[in-house]
Formats: sequence, structure tokens, C-alpha cells
Amino acid sequence: MTEATRDIPAAAAYVEVARARPRIKLGALARVWNLLSYSPIATVGAAIILFWCVCAIFAPWVAPYPPNKIDSALLAYPYPTSQHWLGVDHLGRDIASRLIWGARTVLIVAPIAVLTAAALGTFLGLLSGYRGGAADAVIMRVGDTLLAFPKIILYLIIIAKFGASAFNIVAVIGVTNAPIIARIVRAVTLDVKNRDYVAAARMRGESPLYIMLVEILPNARGPLIVDLFLRLGYTTIAIGVLGFLGVGLPPPDPDWGGMIKETYGMLFVWPHMTIIPSIAISSLVIGCNFLATGLRESSVDG
Amino acid sequence: MLRYTAKQLANMAITLFAVSFLVFALNELSPGDVARKLLGAYATQSQVDILYKEMGLDRPLIVRYLEYMGNALAGDFGQSLVFRRPVSELLFDRLGNTMILAAISFAVIVPLSMLLGVLAGMRERSLFDRAISVFSSICASIPEFAMGVFLLAIFVVWLGMLPGVSPLRADSGWAVWMQFVLPVLVVTFYDAGYLISMIRSSMVEVMRSAYIRTATLKGMSFRGVVAKHALRNALITPFTVILLQLNYLVSGLVVVETLFAYPGFGRLMLEAALSKDIAVIEAGTLVAVSVTMLTQLFGDLGYMLLDPRIRV
Amino acid sequence: MADVLVFDKVSIDYRGKAGVQRILNDVSFSIPAGGSMGLVGESGCGKSTVALAAMRYLPRGMTVAEGRISVEGRDTAGLSDAELRRVRGNRVAMIYQDPMSSLNPVMTVGEQLMEVPLLHGVTDRAVAFQRAVAMLGEVRLPDAEAMMARYPHQLSGGQQQRVVIAMALMAEPALLIMDEPTTGLDVTIEAAILELVRELRSKFGAAILFISHNLGTVARICDRIGVLYAGRLVETGDIRSVFHRPAHPYTHGLLSALPRIDARGKGARLHPIEGTLAAADRARPGCAFSPRCPHMAPAECVERSVPMVPASPAADHLARCARLEAVRKASQAAWRARPPAEAEVDAPILLDVRHLTKNYELGGRFGGRAKRVVRALSDANFQARAGQTLAIVGESGCGKSTLAKTISGLIPASAGEARLGDADLAQLPVDKRPRDLRRRIQMVFQNPDSTLNPSHSVEFALARPLKVLRGMGSGEAKREVARLMEQVQLPPDLLRRMPHQLSGGQRQRVAIARALAGEPDLVVADEPVSALDVSVQAAILNLLSDLLERSHVGLIVISHDLALVRHMADWVAVMYLGRIVEYGPADAVFRPPYHPYTEALLAAAPKPDPDAGAPTVVLGGAMPSSTQAIVGCPFASRCPRKIGAICDTETPPVRRFGVHSIACHIDLPPPAAGIRSQADAAAPPP
Repeated sequence: MTEATRDIPAAAAYVEVARARPRIKLGALARVWNLLSYSPIATVGAAIILFWCVCAIFAPWVAPYPPNKIDSALLAYPYPTSQHWLGVDHLGRDIASRLIWGARTVLIVAPIAVLTAAALGTFLGLLSGYRGGAADAVIMRVGDTLLAFPKIILYLIIIAKFGASAFNIVAVIGVTNAPIIARIVRAVTLDVKNRDYVAAARMRGESPLYIMLVEILPNARGPLIVDLFLRLGYTTIAIGVLGFLGVGLPPPDPDWGGMIKETYGMLFVWPHMTIIPSIAISSLVIGCNFLATGLRESSVDG
Repeated sequence: MLRYTAKQLANMAITLFAVSFLVFALNELSPGDVARKLLGAYATQSQVDILYKEMGLDRPLIVRYLEYMGNALAGDFGQSLVFRRPVSELLFDRLGNTMILAAISFAVIVPLSMLLGVLAGMRERSLFDRAISVFSSICASIPEFAMGVFLLAIFVVWLGMLPGVSPLRADSGWAVWMQFVLPVLVVTFYDAGYLISMIRSSMVEVMRSAYIRTATLKGMSFRGVVAKHALRNALITPFTVILLQLNYLVSGLVVVETLFAYPGFGRLMLEAALSKDIAVIEAGTLVAVSVTMLTQLFGDLGYMLLDPRIRV
Repeated sequence: MADVLVFDKVSIDYRGKAGVQRILNDVSFSIPAGGSMGLVGESGCGKSTVALAAMRYLPRGMTVAEGRISVEGRDTAGLSDAELRRVRGNRVAMIYQDPMSSLNPVMTVGEQLMEVPLLHGVTDRAVAFQRAVAMLGEVRLPDAEAMMARYPHQLSGGQQQRVVIAMALMAEPALLIMDEPTTGLDVTIEAAILELVRELRSKFGAAILFISHNLGTVARICDRIGVLYAGRLVETGDIRSVFHRPAHPYTHGLLSALPRIDARGKGARLHPIEGTLAAADRARPGCAFSPRCPHMAPAECVERSVPMVPASPAADHLARCARLEAVRKASQAAWRARPPAEAEVDAPILLDVRHLTKNYELGGRFGGRAKRVVRALSDANFQARAGQTLAIVGESGCGKSTLAKTISGLIPASAGEARLGDADLAQLPVDKRPRDLRRRIQMVFQNPDSTLNPSHSVEFALARPLKVLRGMGSGEAKREVARLMEQVQLPPDLLRRMPHQLSGGQRQRVAIARALAGEPDLVVADEPVSALDVSVQAAILNLLSDLLERSHVGLIVISHDLALVRHMADWVAVMYLGRIVEYGPADAVFRPPYHPYTEALLAAAPKPDPDAGAPTVVLGGAMPSSTQAIVGCPFASRCPRKIGAICDTETPPVRRFGVHSIACHIDLPPPAAGIRSQADAAAPPP
């Protein structure tokens, strides 16, 4: 009973075992196009993410100024102008340029952290679902314990202990998110491992590794992809929170959460310095959540 | 049910020990830091060493842990290095403040999200449903600090209607109740967004089920079907999730409390972590984990009451 | 008499993303007060849409495009919401497939029953309560008062369906709509439910619209029948006229595709309907069945629309066919019966199973509750012979699937042995079996939805066993895959498809090909066709028997369907509660002396014959839980022929009549002196 109910909040709401739905071999691009034309919400989400990706990839060419170039003369009028179309921050740095370079930081760190969590969680979920027994009990128990920690406090303890670096952030987010992904994969595994095609594979004498990776894992693809985008959004928030609390990526490289923290005191004087990065970070998370919602709807509706 | 509760409580105790040991080990592997910190940067190494011995920090980790837990069970969590007060007192104050904020927020969030979630899920794909879905998705996507910035900009900077900080003191120029408005609003937007979409999808699933068709084809009105057949079923799955929000409300409010300088538990933990105030971190973690596990237990028990299919 | 339900030229459209689709096309029929009409057809023919349309409860996107539906003389389209609510549940009530999900899981049975009178005029809860209790008695549920306080999950499937029936009858409606009410229930439970429906119908006088894919159940309940194909009614008439003189080629096909329990023996070939229903068929201006029809003539069938025309002298027997005359002439050819082959008792024994036992232990891992033992399989003895088919029959929970899984090594046996050549399969779970042994036993599974991995193409599914079991390289495997596809009569262009792009029958063919890929000696097929439509079933069964005959493979078929078993099996083992109660050559098992359980199964099996009459034996109760230790005969609690206390206290002796054995306390007469069995009765006199 405990296992079952605990599964519900994190995983069950989103778990949908891969169903029969048109997966005609059109090529990946065409499939993506199909989805987007089908779901307006996914389209909006994808467009936002794409926008920030373009910014991140082409930052050196797109950003109008170097992100860390300080020009206190600009503080006379820090608001948006035709030269600095999002204005400058409290040190006279161009906000637009900092956002663009900041996108690079987020869009490198967040996906790596999520993929780390996904790799770890998928492995553990497959193992615990397929093997069952003691391995399952231990993995789920450790996962439960990890999830019993309030996440922010866990981040704080670990980052405070080991210092704020990109590596530590990736590690801590990877480890804390892995149990959730492990549950999703485990739920799918438990469902799929009793299907007849797995029995057929066992009767052929396939190894457990083959069964886990070739027979089971591909069927977790749908729920996993949806969850990865949700998690990408949450991770963006988490990185932002760490930055805002002052334990984020070390300065001076622009980090969205850090930009908000640095200018927060100036909210009464120059509100745009705080509001604009807040909008940026919100938009990226909205993009991720919209895309995840769209993907989920299209997989449920068949 | 009693047996189940007892078993879960035992499980909880085991997990708590594991967690506390982990945190203890993590923080006290390099115990020298504590002595150094107490004496300040200008103390000589020999002074540090003497204090180190005096505090018994040279004993093995496990011995110190058992001693710590023994004291903790008696209610003594040690001294805060930063605040120079007993940790238990400090925690008690801060937790009290946080509980007030949590209680108000919970009282706003739960009815609101149940109402909106059920209304949206009741007619899947109606205009109202779509609007609520998008709204809740956006709310859940805006981080608390960003939402805080937006609300501050509107209500404090622009309209000047509300206080920008909430130190809970009457001498700050604003009535204490007004100091709660913004923190509660920020928490509500962020958390209700998630709950609404959760309740909505549960409701949608229930409304598609065969027993809803049975009820309709009995000749029952739509309102009757929703109230008598759908509602209870639709709340079964979200029930545990709703309770788990208590957890977030007690120990996840670090950002909101920091934003509004609210003297709560979350900010205490942040300060402790930044200043490596080990005693506070350890005790705080224990409190936070206990809250999580208790809400989980209550969630499970309530779940059993709601769903006759699950009886232990 | 006034008609209770009238469909007058009703067409229903579905407006979806892919444009407008016609779900029902020009459907007309009527049911008089107290009458009963059956609607049959295969999946996707629109029969459930008829039911929902009668309730004016169409799914979103569906609308009545043409025609009118009236209930008791009133056009349902014109009813206001309040009027509609007074019709639903009150004048027209519905009984559904899958009773478990049609009952609210968090409300007691009593509350759900009482709602009906409370919604329709009764204000006093005490009155409603009394009526509900009385109605539970009517549907033969024991201890009605206690039943009121139960939750649906605490009842068995048969009991749940009785509750649903009680709920429908609460308001004494003029019309009962039953949508596949017994699908998913065991045969003996099904027989009891159908008997109940017959009885209540005469008592309450409600008209019935009975929707089913199973011609046998319709024959038992209805006086009229309508056959639906691709959303069109293709034939309608008195049930006897339609069953005895089917006019439309599709009706014809359905009836001759059905394996019959009253066949004289194994071997009669079934006549599948060629082809499958395509989405485009719905939109055809002419006859929707024409692409699959052997009598099709383009000018008459394809180019213009085909009206309903009188099909036989019997009144009201109509068929939508332009070539009735040609069909009638051609269809005289009946069963191409082969001489019933006596089971060769001395065919070489492939698999010799002795005392095979499987117990599961439940719970009790970390102390707490006491361990419970599920006795899934106790002391099974039988042989499978090369080139012959052994059928294992029984209802759900009897242990037949456990038996299959134990032999195939998916679960380890607890005791006993199963010898295949030198190897003892009981001691060798599949991961301990050497490659050659794995190759020699393969399995065909029940559910076409899960037999193939949705993530892999057909080619992958077939090539992999060739590589693993026969060590083939890619090139060789490719050629062999092509050969396998030919063997199971699938076109090679399906190789690139994913499973969801195949029909259920095609998937099952691929599964058979996969099982044959290793060139096995023994194939275990677990309900290989039970999830398929009748016409497809026949084709798969023919394919299986052809393949076996050619390759001399032994086959073990697990099935609940006695007609199918009669059609395929050389040997039959009847299982109840984990034990084999009767075992022998098929001809002996289907002829007296019977084990009382076999007799009950035979009686309960639905027969597509309106004159078959009520079953002679209807079992009450349900199979006891297999966690209880059994003293005496496992069937004692339900046995209609129980002879006394001895049945409860002593294990029944095994009585042998040659190779035919029956475990029963009754001193059964030897075969020669037996009463004529149903099988014999149906056969023409010598």
C-alpha cells in the first residue's frame, strides 16, 4: 500500500504506457511537425524553447554587448533605449546581452543535470522494476528517503558544504531527481514486464539486460520524454532559486537567478532590472511545461 | 489500520535515524571547522586544538552521533553558533511563524484549487477548462522569486497598497495582517497552479469512466452526477498530493521568506546553511523530514478512508 | 402493440479530426413491447453506437444526421433535458459490459440501487431501500440485506453483473438495453446470467435490445435479430429464419465461421470470411461487404446503393443484398466434413507430465500476516503427442494458464515432472534451459495487443528468434523471415510495419510465425483466438491446424471455449480449481460418461441455435478461492450431482475407461451404456 500510494503523486499522474498511436515512419522531423500542428500549446512551448536555444547557441553573434562590460555612465538613464533595448543593470551592464549569455548557462547546465537524473533514474527504475525483491526494496527505500528531504534544504546543505559550482549543481540536481524518474520507469517496467512479448523474449533465452534495454525501455519513451521536459522546467527553476539565494553559479558570468538577486534591492528604483530577468526565466519554464502538456495530451488522445 | 499506522511509524523512525545520521556525518566529518568557527579567524591553532578536545570532537563519529541523538530525544539540539541561542528555542520561534503562513496559505490554496480543478475537469475541453489549464500551467511555471518580483512591482512599487517586507512586527508601519498578503499570494499562485492541474486531470479521468455513464443513464442530472458520483472519486488520487503540499509549505518556503524578509523556518535554514551553523542545520533537517513523513502517513490513512478498495 | 423502440432510417456521423465519418448508415428496426431483439456484428460495426443512440447519449462529436429514434412513440431528439432524465433509467435502462467499471467503486451497492427509485418519483428512503433489497432477491443474490452494504470490489464478476441487472430493473423499465452483458464472464456464469435474464424478462415484461458479438448468446435470448456490418443493418428477421436460412453472405459467413460444439468430431474445416473491414468500406455507396463478398457483381453491388429487400417467405426477414438469388444457390455447400479421426493413442509421446504441482506463496515476507498458499496447480498428469492437439479447458482461475507457463518455463514448478525427451522441464525454468530445449518449446499468447512489442517492427520480431534460437546471420534470417510470412499467409510488405498498424488477426499470425521460427516440437497456445472476431478466429484456427498437420508439431491449446476445443483437439483435459478432473481423447470426453463439471460446461456453452433450449444444468455459485485447502472433491461446492458427505471429505477416485479418466465419486457407467450425449443427439441417425 505505501509503495502504491507514494507512487501516485510523482509518477502515476503522468504515467501513460506507450500506446498504439500513429507512429508511421515519417522521420523524426515530420513527426515533430505532426505534433506541433496538432497541439497549439506544444507549438507555443516549442517556440519559446527554440528562441532561447537560438540565443544560447549564437550568443556571441546575437548579444549586442559583452555581458560583463561595466559602464556606470549609463546609470544616469538605465531604462530601455534604442542602444540598450532592455536597459542596463545596476552596474551599467547591458541586460539583453546578459540574458542571452545567461540562456547559455541555463541551457547547458539544466539539460545536463536532467539527463544525469534520467540516466541514473532509468537505470535504477529498470533494475528495481524488473528484478524486484531486495534490489527493488533497497532502491525504493533509498529513493523514498531522498524524497523525504525538502529539496531546497537538501540543495542548501550540499551546496553550502561542497561549494557552488556547475558540477556540484548538476550532481545535486541529478541525484535528487533520479528517484522520481526511477519511479516512472519502474511503473512502466512493472506493467510491461508481464506483457506477452517479454515472456516471448524470455522463452528465447534473452538476457535480462537485453530484455530491459530492448524490450522494456523503448516503451517507457513516451512518459519519459514528457517527464524530462517537466523536469527541465523544474530544474530551470531550481537553478534560478539557487542563484537567487546566492548559492548559484559563481559570478561574474551571467546567471538569471543571480541577476534577480543582485538587482532585487533596486526594485523600488529601477524595477526593470529585476523584472526583465524574471520574465526571461518564467518564459523558459512556461515553454517547457507547455511542450510537456502538449506531448502528454497527444499521447493520451492517440 | 492501527497495525498499519504502527508499522509506518516504525518505518518513519528508521528513516529518521538514517537521515539524521547522514546529515550528521556530512556536516561533522571535518569537526575542526566547528572549533575554528567558534573561536574566530584570529585564534591560534593550539587554542583551536584545546577547544576541539574540550568539546569532545576527537571522539569517533558514531559516539558523537549517539550522544547527539540522546540529547535530541531529550529536546536538546545544542547551541546555534550564529545566533548564540539554544537551537530548540530558535526552531520553535521560527517554526511558529512558518506555521502561521503555511496554515493561511493552505486554507486558501486547497479550496481554490479544488474548486477550479473540479470545474475545469468536469467539462473536458470546454473553454473554461482550456482557460484554467493554461492559467494553472503558467502559474506553476513562474518561479516564486519571479512571481514575487512581479507582485512587488505591481502592489508595492506601482500601487503602494501593500508592504514589501513582512518582518511580522507592528512597528514596521503596516498592520501585521497586511504583511501576510503578498507572501500568501506568491505561495498560492505557485502551488495552486500545480494542484489545479493535478485535480483537473483526475476529474477528467473520472468523468470519462463507465460508472459516470451509468449514473447519467440512470436519469441523474449533470450536477447530481458530478456531486454524488464524480467528486469523491476525483479527490482520491489528489488527496495525498494535497497533503504533501503541507510539506512544501513548512520547509519549502525558503524563497518566499527570503523575498519578504519573513522570520520563518526556511530563512533560518538558509542562514544556517550559508553560515555553516551545523546544529541548526541538523535539527532543522530532522524537523523537515519528520513533517514530510508525517504528512505521508496522514495521506495514506486518509486515502484508505476515501477509497474503500484499499483497506489494510 | 406499440413499439417501445423505433429506429427509423437512422444515420449517425462522427465529426473528428479526420473529417466526417458515417458510423451508422440507414439503420431501421423496431422492438415491440415485450419483444427482444438481438444485434450482432463484429468489433467496429457500430452496435454500441446503436445502444447509446437509443439513450440519446452519443459520445462527443457524434450526431444523428438523418432519421429519427423514438422511445415509446416519442422522438428522443425532441425531449428536453428534464424529459430525457425521466426516460433514462426509468423507461429505458441499460446493462453494460464490464460490470466492475460500471459501478461506482466508492459507493455501496445499496446506495447505487436506491438512487434509481429516488430519482424517479420515490421520496421515502425506506421505500427505496425495501425495493432495492427485493430486487437483489429477484436477481438471486444471496443475503440481500448484507449485499446492500457491500462495495462493488467485494463482489465477484457474476455478482456485479447481477447488481447491474437489478439496478436496471429497479424502475421496471419498458426497454432494457444490454450491451455485451456477459462478455468477459466465464461460461457457467454466463449461462446463469442469461437464464436470469430470460426469467426476469417473462416476469417483468420488459422489451430487450441485446447487443453481442456472440451468436450463441443472442440465440438464447432473442426472438428477432439484426446483423450489423460497417454501420449498416445487413439482415434482420425472426431469429429462426435468420439462423436457419441466412440470406446475406455476411450472416452466412458469420455462421459458418463458428466452430460448433455439436460437431461430430475434430477436423471439420471452418469457413473464415476473407479480408477485413476497412475504414473506407463505411463510405461505400454500394454494399459495404462487397470487397469481401464471394458473390460480388460490380454492377449490382458496388455502383448503386443496395436497399433492404425481403429475403425469405417469412415475414419481416429482410436482407441488404442485391444478389440474394445467387447467394442462395451457392450456399448449399455446407460443412466439408472430413472423416472424424480417432485420436491415435499410440502417436509418439512428446511431453509426459506427471504430478505437476505449482503453489504460490502470498504475503508474509516480513512477518505480519500469515502466509497463504495458492494452489494453482495440483498433481496434473497428461501427455502431449507429436502431431496432435491437446486442449486444456476450464474457466478463469482453474490453473490452465499456470500450467502453460510452468511447461514453457516462465514460472518454476513446485513439484512433479514434465519430461520432453531426456529433459525434465519442471526442473528447468527457461533461463536454465539449453538453447536447443528453448527452441523446441514455443508459445503463442492470448492477447494480440501485447503479444508483439509495440516498439519493434514485424521484421524485428521475427528475425530475432531466428538469430537467437537458430544462430542465423542477418541475410539468412531475412530469407527465413520471408518464408515464415508466407507460411502464415501474410504479405511481405507488412514486415516494415509496427504492431499497432496491424489488425488483431494479423498480429496473431505474426505471433504464430514467431513461435514457429525456432522450428519447435511443441507449441503451447494460450487462448490463441479468444480476443479475435469470429470471422478472424476461424482463419487463425485453420492456419494453426494446417501448420501442425504439415510439420508434425505437438500443440497444447489452452481454452475456455468448448466449441473451439471440439473443433481442434485430439485430446482434452478438463481443469477445475487447479486439478484435472477429466482427461482423455476428445471423442471420449465429449461423450458420456462425463465428469459433472464437464457436463455443466457442455450445457453452459452458448450454441448458435435458437432451438437449443435452456441449458440442462446451470451451475450456481462461483469457483472457491484456491487459497483454501481442499479436502475431498474440488468441485463438491457447486456440483449438481453431489452424492453426499463423501464428496466433501474424500479425494475422488480416478475412474478409467481405457485412456479416458474421470476423477469422481459417482460410479459412472462405462461409455457404451451412456445416455446419448448432446454431440450424438445433434448428429444424424446412422
